[in-house]
Amino acid sequence: MRFILRRAAFYLFTAWAAITINFFLPRFMKGDPITAYLQKHQSDFNPEAIESLKTLFGLDEDKSLLQQYIDYWGLLLDGDLGRSFSKGLAPVTEVIATGLPWTLGLVGISTILSFLIGTVVGSVIGWRRGSRADLVVPFATFFSTVPYFWMALIVIAIFSTQLGWFPASHAYDKGSVPELSWDFIGQVIAHGTLPALTIVFASLGGWILGMRNMMITVLDEDYVTVAEAKGLHPRRVLRRYAARNAVLPQLSSFALALGFIVGGTLVTELVFSYPGVGKMLLDATNAKDWPLMQGLFLVITMAVLVANILADIVHAILDPRTRMMES
Amino acid sequence: MTVSNFPPTDDGEPVSDAIRTEPRRPRRMARVGQTFAMFRNGKSIAGLIILAVFVIAAVFADVIAPYGALEKDFTALKQPPSAQHWLGTTHLGEDVFSQIIYGTRGVLVVGLVAGVLATFVAVVVGVAAGYVRGWRSESLSALTNVFLVIPGLPLIIIVASQYDNPSIVLISAVIAITGWAWGARVLRAQTMSLRNRDFVLAARANGEKLYRIIAVEMLPNLTAIIASSFVGTVTAAVLGLTTLAFIGVIPITNLNWGTILFWAQQNGAFPDFWWWYIPAGLCIAIFGMALSLINFGIDEYVNPRLRSAGERARAMRKKGMSLTSGVTAVRSEPAAKSPSSVEIEEDREPARP
Repeated sequence: MRFILRRAAFYLFTAWAAITINFFLPRFMKGDPITAYLQKHQSDFNPEAIESLKTLFGLDEDKSLLQQYIDYWGLLLDGDLGRSFSKGLAPVTEVIATGLPWTLGLVGISTILSFLIGTVVGSVIGWRRGSRADLVVPFATFFSTVPYFWMALIVIAIFSTQLGWFPASHAYDKGSVPELSWDFIGQVIAHGTLPALTIVFASLGGWILGMRNMMITVLDEDYVTVAEAKGLHPRRVLRRYAARNAVLPQLSSFALALGFIVGGTLVTELVFSYPGVGKMLLDATNAKDWPLMQGLFLVITMAVLVANILADIVHAILDPRTRMMES
Repeated sequence: MTVSNFPPTDDGEPVSDAIRTEPRRPRRMARVGQTFAMFRNGKSIAGLIILAVFVIAAVFADVIAPYGALEKDFTALKQPPSAQHWLGTTHLGEDVFSQIIYGTRGVLVVGLVAGVLATFVAVVVGVAAGYVRGWRSESLSALTNVFLVIPGLPLIIIVASQYDNPSIVLISAVIAITGWAWGARVLRAQTMSLRNRDFVLAARANGEKLYRIIAVEMLPNLTAIIASSFVGTVTAAVLGLTTLAFIGVIPITNLNWGTILFWAQQNGAFPDFWWWYIPAGLCIAIFGMALSLINFGIDEYVNPRLRSAGERARAMRKKGMSLTSGVTAVRSEPAAKSPSSVEIEEDREPARP
């Protein structure tokens, strides 16, 4: 119980910190572009939208900072993140909602896949330490440092342009409308394969190396020796004794690396013109669409937080000690 | 990064320091040698050599590069590699090889500045959080975790895009602000474990001042972790910089490998003009790999189990035993002499899928 409360407090604190950073960011910057935009397009906005934009970007300087902060929270709780400049003044929340499912699907599936594959491969390499399996290590090292976007470009060049196996961009064929049909699902899979492959390959190396190093350390522990001395089946020792303990730090670093991975995947989306939040963020940056950028940062941070909570829950399931920290 | 979980092997060195401070002063060279002991292994040396090549390329770029970085030759556009242009030319006839040599400068400068800044913050926050107790430690730790969780790249993109022409120092600073947390977290864990070691307790009992305890007693035991977090931050900074340059957030006046890839993509180099985009990406990967190799060396220094695991396994296999199956590992030395156990081992092997 105490564990859950502590984690909950941490996540609330982080969420608060992220929102507060989002509050202060535009206030540290010059708000001129917003003012200029508002003046130019005054007639397009209704007074209410102008008011919320002013609150979001710190343009209501006649109010005290505290009042601005309270107003800002009020807007957030209303689900109002302003209007997007580049998307015909549509509410930012609606714009983000169109991109979020794509990113969640792509990044979620490929990251979990990469983590699972990397952990299994890493534990086998760690188990067979000193054998030819160690040859994987240099390759894993190389792949763990290849930039996502470069990997994406290479993957496109090979599998799309040269071999023509998969389409190189977008999430579904041009001209088709999202619907629940086998045809459409097939298109989504065909278009999603290459970006997913990129993310899996680019992040796989890190998981392999991390798991291998943890396995090697754990395999020297006395309880593994005891398990072997008892004559347990080696596979049982590998899975239930060594790997199960080695995977715990791996899981914590999974949670912590998420912020980093998300950064890489954003750029992957750009290369593939995948209609997710990453491409949206970069488009917004180029179009100087501040409200959309701010909103996206907030949403991405919250998504990473939620993923962290999930990783925490899995950690608690796998490690009874975290559940029993009653002392 | 296994570092956090295992206290480094403090070769007894600091302990002896704390007890007899006066008699053994000399042998400074030996101490310097000890400081760099973490780099004295194959992996670290290989990494350092690769790194040195990049540093030399950056420092002597004017001498090495056959052409100016932006020197245009309109008679040779998009040429494949040849004797004149080792890595071919761009759409404006610029020499790709020269661009990569000059681009190394931008990468190294940002990597170094960001690495130093981030490591400084990490050491201050991490060691302080590890040394103090109670709510102060907890709040510093919470701060670290917040920065770990907040995705760095979107934040950098947003901040950098607010400026029309962000300077190198600004870019490095922003990268550092988003990149110090990991090092601080590892350092905190290590400091907490050092805090209660005998030599630190002895120093405290001697009435040494706080700064002296931290600077003289603790920091030498943290050098490996500080080095590894520095190297890690530089890797992240270089990846961050090239990514930012690739998506065009950084002005193209700052030439680096990412800028080359940005131009390549903007001008339709994919996939036909491979000489334009393959080398720059390879450089990023090789540079990152060099840094990882250095870090592996440090990891193995800090955690000797990593170092010896492969060797021990190979040594055992020579004796005809398998490390991965049951009994043998337990009786490593003495039992190895009795042939029966080996035989049993080999009998059992095939039965196990």
